[in-house]
Amino acid sequence: MTETLPGAAIPNPLDEAAIAAAVDQAITAIAGASTLDELKAVRLAHTGEKSPLSLANREIGGLPKDQKAAAGKLMGSSRGRVSKALAERTAELEAENDARILVEETVDVTAAPRRRRAGARHPLSTLQDRVADIFVGMGWEIAEGPEVESEWFNFDALNFKPDHPAREMQDTFFVEPPEAHLLMRTHTSPVQVRSMLEREVPIYVLCPGKVFRTDELDATHTPVFHQFEGLAIDKKLSMADLRGTLEHFARQMFGDEAQIRLRPNYFPFTEPSAELDIFHPGAKGGPRWIEWGGCGMVNPNVLRAAGIDPDLYSGFAFGMGIERTLMFRNEVGDMRDMIEGDVRFSEHFGMEI
Amino acid sequence: MRIPLSWLREFAQVPAGATAEDVMAELVKVGFEEEAVHRPTDGLKGPVVVGQVLSLVKEPQTNGKTINWCQVRVVPEGQEQTLTGKGIDPSGVQGIICGAHNFVEGDKVVVTLPGAVLPGDFHISARKTYGHLSAGMIASVRELGIGEDHDGILVLSRIGLDPEIGTDAMELLGLYDQAAEINVTPDRGYAFSIRGVAREYAHATGTAFTDPASKVAAPASLAGGYGVKINDDAPIYGKPGCDRFVARTVRGVDATRPTPPWMTSRLRLAGIRSISLPVDISNYVMLELGQPLHFYDQDKLSGDIVVRRAVAGEKLTTLDGKERALDPEDLLITDASGPIGVAGVMGGASTEVSDATSTVLIEAAHFEEVSIARSRRRHKLPSEASKRFERGVDWQVANVAAQRAVDLLVDLAGGTADEAGTDVGTAPDAVTIDLPAEFPAARIGLDFTEEQIVTCLEDLGAAVEKNDASWAVSAPSWRNDLETKEDLSEEIARLVGYDKIPATLPVAPPGRGFTRVQQQRRRLVQALADAGLTEVLAYPFVSKAANDTFGVAEAGAPRSAVKLANPISEEHGYLRTSVLPGLIEVAKRNHSRGFRDLALFEAGLVFLPGDTLGTESIPPLGAKPSDEVLDALYDGVPDQPLHIAAVLTGHDSPAAAGHTPRAWDWADALDIARQAGDILGVEIVVSQGHHQVFHPGRAAQLSLRSGEVVGYAGELHPKLLAAHDMPARSVALEIDADALFEAAADVIVARHISTFPVATQDVALVVPQEIPADDVLAALREGAGELLEDVALFDVYAGKGIEEGKKSLAFGLRFRAADRTLTADEASAARENAVAMAASRFGAVQR
Repeated sequence: MTETLPGAAIPNPLDEAAIAAAVDQAITAIAGASTLDELKAVRLAHTGEKSPLSLANREIGGLPKDQKAAAGKLMGSSRGRVSKALAERTAELEAENDARILVEETVDVTAAPRRRRAGARHPLSTLQDRVADIFVGMGWEIAEGPEVESEWFNFDALNFKPDHPAREMQDTFFVEPPEAHLLMRTHTSPVQVRSMLEREVPIYVLCPGKVFRTDELDATHTPVFHQFEGLAIDKKLSMADLRGTLEHFARQMFGDEAQIRLRPNYFPFTEPSAELDIFHPGAKGGPRWIEWGGCGMVNPNVLRAAGIDPDLYSGFAFGMGIERTLMFRNEVGDMRDMIEGDVRFSEHFGMEI
Repeated sequence: MRIPLSWLREFAQVPAGATAEDVMAELVKVGFEEEAVHRPTDGLKGPVVVGQVLSLVKEPQTNGKTINWCQVRVVPEGQEQTLTGKGIDPSGVQGIICGAHNFVEGDKVVVTLPGAVLPGDFHISARKTYGHLSAGMIASVRELGIGEDHDGILVLSRIGLDPEIGTDAMELLGLYDQAAEINVTPDRGYAFSIRGVAREYAHATGTAFTDPASKVAAPASLAGGYGVKINDDAPIYGKPGCDRFVARTVRGVDATRPTPPWMTSRLRLAGIRSISLPVDISNYVMLELGQPLHFYDQDKLSGDIVVRRAVAGEKLTTLDGKERALDPEDLLITDASGPIGVAGVMGGASTEVSDATSTVLIEAAHFEEVSIARSRRRHKLPSEASKRFERGVDWQVANVAAQRAVDLLVDLAGGTADEAGTDVGTAPDAVTIDLPAEFPAARIGLDFTEEQIVTCLEDLGAAVEKNDASWAVSAPSWRNDLETKEDLSEEIARLVGYDKIPATLPVAPPGRGFTRVQQQRRRLVQALADAGLTEVLAYPFVSKAANDTFGVAEAGAPRSAVKLANPISEEHGYLRTSVLPGLIEVAKRNHSRGFRDLALFEAGLVFLPGDTLGTESIPPLGAKPSDEVLDALYDGVPDQPLHIAAVLTGHDSPAAAGHTPRAWDWADALDIARQAGDILGVEIVVSQGHHQVFHPGRAAQLSLRSGEVVGYAGELHPKLLAAHDMPARSVALEIDADALFEAAADVIVARHISTFPVATQDVALVVPQEIPADDVLAALREGAGELLEDVALFDVYAGKGIEEGKKSLAFGLRFRAADRTLTADEASAARENAVAMAASRFGAVQR
């Protein structure tokens, strides 16, 4: 640290060599200051009131008039050099200091805590939205209905004959008392009927929702599950239109390579009826056809129940299980994972499927 | 339905090497689903041969048992043993130890030789036991996997066999046969027979089909047989319960004769246990032709058979030994003694065929579907017979089936058939369907040729007649499911192949997109998830207690709830009136798995029955009900609003280095509720609430501006939390989301944004403890007038310096005018007005 220089001889402001020596001494000291504090001391010693240059400068006042200009010029440029050196060194040291503080503030970013809880949608709910988006994109509308439903909407209007075995195959939850003819809908198909009653043809609707069957919960069954059901009623719709719609949907859902297959089947509310299989190239255990849902041409009795003339209009309908779709699309191995509400299951999916 | 391949081969062209899997693959094409394969050789491997017991030495053992040391000849005398392998004696005689005692020297038995494998992966080898080398096993039916009887050894003479020694016993017992099991849809009753499936197999493969009915020489007419009267005075839906009753008599039957192995083998593969020769014959004919039969011991009948409905109070002891109270809707077979059978469902014990029976009366009747279905359900008596009658049996085949049974009783049981027989009833009207020529193509979207259409329909067994622009199609008698032109279109498409249908994409008319409510719901659910909550989908089944606790109406009384008639568990026999019980269950499940910091929510329907529940009757199918009837149907369905509920337990985030998580508290529940309102642009008004689920001092009632209560939020009651073993201080909320959707404005009107400076003033007011802060705030807002831009509570203080029983509330007021800069005096005046309002309303004193 350069000290003030008490008692040092006051240089003559006209003595260029002496002044230059003082300047050099100051600049050397400035360059030697390694901290802002040291620099402050240097500044006081070399530019403070008691510093040789300041004292020499003060001497100018006592000089003869004709020498004042030369002395002023010499001192001005000399002090200017020192000031400039000081300013530069200050900037350097400040920058160093700032950089050091930033380095000292370094944290371990890998130890950052998660402060905010990440929420999650239930993947069944997300998938249901995804399906709805695809159909809305095709110009279809989304229709909904109650989960406790009149037996008429769930069965009779859909051409399930009373006492027919097909009615029993649905494993229905009935509401007490049975004479009230209420039940928990066994499929989303009653929404078809409600839609036809509420809307004008042509009708293109998708009905997603919860359905209920009296199955005990196990790895592949659940008494409460989700379906989506499509219904199109228009002039001159055929089974080819059904296939085209399903094919388009399957490709939106599973990619352009998706293939579907129709197999004859029976449902009271469609004639012809078909089972819908989808080819799953990535299925566990190798590529294979997977049963996806049911479909067919709307039975004329169903149209009649809704007051639509089957000679003028025809339609098709299809229904798939959302659980089932999630199971094979996302490799969910056990139905219970989708039911129990374990937060690990949903949080793994987050907002996506 | 299980199809033994050997049986199918009798009537269809099944390739020699075809497996059950191959057959199923063909049948899938025409609309059956694969169920299973039944193949004895999957678990049983030879050599399994016929042997004769040459000698049998009884050797008592120290453990008290006696074993037999047998010498068994497995190659005919004088021939050489061609089998080789460890333990196979070249002499053709095997020494075998056997513990069973139901056979004697000279009996022919089934010998499993070393190298054979029995069901259960039981490998046969020569092994030392009881001081001998036992090289093989003398088998029981159970060990061979062909029966349950394990009383002893299968002695071949007892099942009527005397094969040559060394014969392949697996061949002899039909164990190389296999069955394909397919699922038959409920419309296709005809496919519950070999006859029906063989026809379908022919459709699927395009090969020839021989109708088993055509192989039976049934008489064209029958007369003079056992007296039968059909007397149905209460038909269901106007259809007589019985419209044909064929009865045939076979005398001199030996009911004790063994059923031949080819028949037991086929029955076994078809899933039917062999009982006795007559019973086996009746089952065999049913499986082959689809016609259920019933055999009576004719000597036990008294008087004519009358088919009639039951009379109240009548009882019948059925074949299973149970006495059943009959319903007047039950269709009965009766004789002079009373009921002797529930028609088409189960016979009675008193006229049952037994070993002593000599005269068998065969019943081959045609019963109406609904009548049988109801009796079956009423008496919980599902049977092979009722399964077929419920779905529909070929009216024409009754006489053929009776003849087939007669032939088998004659051939196998030594009987003699009466020439006379009975055949009463009236054939149903023939169904002729008008099929417009262009209809199948329009329905399916595939241009069928005229030839395709006619060929398909004729292959089905239909008669087709061409009219001008349509065909008149008479459906075959076994296809009661073919009634309309749509049905026929399906048949044509099915036979041509669904894979031939092209794909065209119909274009829907321009749509409206999601409805406003659909958008609101999605936004709300997504926003709650975005806010850090995890969505849950719980079951709606709850206990009565849960509903009574959680589902409380505004008045505090439990809401009435929907009860299920057949719940999965009686404990959870009701439908939820609140979403919270399910969420709490899920929270508990997560706790038990080690997750105690939770924020769960569910958006789900609750079920709130009104005064009317359902309708007394429902309209018929196939016609639009009147508006009144439809309204009644709509009205009878309980209200099912969408509720949003959340449960928060533990902390808001996981603990971590440098982060101290915050425990959820009652204010979080309120905050989420208010957020829900904000998302939808609906103001939620909070007031001190009272709900038994919540802490009495930490619950908020949530209302709309209109005063309508829409839910509750706050800290759950400590006792409830303790009872459910939930963490203390857990909080919850539940809101009627539908009410929020409805309250949301259709159009939000913009507010003018003033750019003039703001003037802020604080005010501290002392009010009695019990005055809600929000009420004071409302008074300030009202008193301050329109210059007030915003007011917020920023401090609540009670204690030193404040009178006992009072509290100090500090509010920050922001004033701004739309058109000018406010002066300090103007702002102060507005503040004074605000304070004056609070003072007059609550006695608030400025501090």
